[in-house]
Amino acid sequence: MKPSAFAYHAPTELDEALALLAELGEDGKVLAGGQSLVPMMNMRLAAPAALVDITRIDALGNLEVTGSHVTVGATVTHERLRKDPAAAAACPLLRRALEWVAHPVIRNRGTAVGSIAHADPAAELPAVLALLGGHVDLAGRQGTRRLEGADFILGLLESDVRPGEVATRVSLPVTPPRTGTAFHELARRHGDYALAGVGVMLSLDDDDNVEVARAAFIGVGDGPVVVDLGAMLAGQPHDALSSEAAVATARDQLDPSDDIHASGSYRRHLAGILLGRALAEAAVDAARRGVPA
Amino acid sequence: MTSLQPEQLHEAGQEAMHQVNVTVNGRPRSATVPARRLLSDFLRHDLRLTGTHVGCEHGVCGACTVLLDGLPIRSCLAFAVAVDGRELTTIEGLAAEDGTLHPVQQAFQDHHGLQCGFCTPGFVLSACGYLAEEPDVDDVASIREGMSGNLCRCTGYAGILDAVKQAAGALRDSGADPRDRHVPGGDR
Repeated sequence: MKPSAFAYHAPTELDEALALLAELGEDGKVLAGGQSLVPMMNMRLAAPAALVDITRIDALGNLEVTGSHVTVGATVTHERLRKDPAAAAACPLLRRALEWVAHPVIRNRGTAVGSIAHADPAAELPAVLALLGGHVDLAGRQGTRRLEGADFILGLLESDVRPGEVATRVSLPVTPPRTGTAFHELARRHGDYALAGVGVMLSLDDDDNVEVARAAFIGVGDGPVVVDLGAMLAGQPHDALSSEAAVATARDQLDPSDDIHASGSYRRHLAGILLGRALAEAAVDAARRGVPA
Repeated sequence: MTSLQPEQLHEAGQEAMHQVNVTVNGRPRSATVPARRLLSDFLRHDLRLTGTHVGCEHGVCGACTVLLDGLPIRSCLAFAVAVDGRELTTIEGLAAEDGTLHPVQQAFQDHHGLQCGFCTPGFVLSACGYLAEEPDVDDVASIREGMSGNLCRCTGYAGILDAVKQAAGALRDSGADPRDRHVPGGDR
């Protein structure tokens, strides 16, 4: 239960970190909050030869809200993001999802970008990115890349960060008026990894009827599973959603596996229940969120 | 850079060492340790502050909770080298110099918030961090959520929740910062 030996680097400039990571290649691993990496190292599930600690790089600590995006730097912790009033106003799903992320003590150190790059299938923030469709910026010694959120997560615990690269920030689009969101999940203990969970985004037309609806499920696949429900829900009144067909459609697209915590069929059942609740809540939220200009 | 891998360096007795300087409970402390030294082990083994307990060592149980610059963190999920230059508060930093218990510690005693005591340092530090954040908390549901990151296998939690509620009131009355060392009779 102790990590194996590694070389430790704590650069204060991004260029220095990128030079180190380029030199280290496959041996180098980025350390930010460490709330997933360090337990894996303690259990020797991961044994990187070298860690590049990026938490002393000030430039990666920016949290910026513009008219179009909430942009979260690589060292911004879950708790800092959750408490930021401007981020919560611009993108309410962020706070709603972050309430479910682990326990406060973990959120004090874990980072939002790190959680997305780690790509745990039960984690909330990868689903937020997949659902809202933001983008991820990566930096390497050869230059920078920008990936669409949907393309960034490749599979189970795998995101498209190449050796030598740092995921420097994640940008999420500002939620437009008439668009509501909700996040629901169930865990054995609030804050633990979810048995199943779902984030929902739903937009209304001028008559308060559903126009667009989408869900992203967690804990039921190798990564966030995004299901478009617009065809099932379009035209329905926001305050009297009939979501049975949408729930059935979504369940058809989920194939969770069994583990010691729950059977796959229970997870699929649960995902549908949570979806029904989240849709109803998001529809009410959307109706509250102003009238288009 | 050397051509040896870190594991080989260690086997040859040459694992790279780092000097770590921190302020613990108001006092400057330092030790020279390998990069892989967990903060929990740094406190216990290198600084001989054995009040911080180590339970699961993968961030689930909360027994190793300490304050880093005033925020509760799991010391088993941080490397000592990564907190160089920062301030830590451990369970040894709460009771008054004369031994009078901190209001959170006193409340745990009053409400039987501990039996075997193994989880207690982590609970107390989590409570101190939580009450600094939420000084006005008065309902048990919020306290339960705030303390949800710590496990206790003895008490059934009821005494712990009552203790945190009492401590919240006591700290409101005294106006003390829950993260500071207790000053008896002090209403700062």
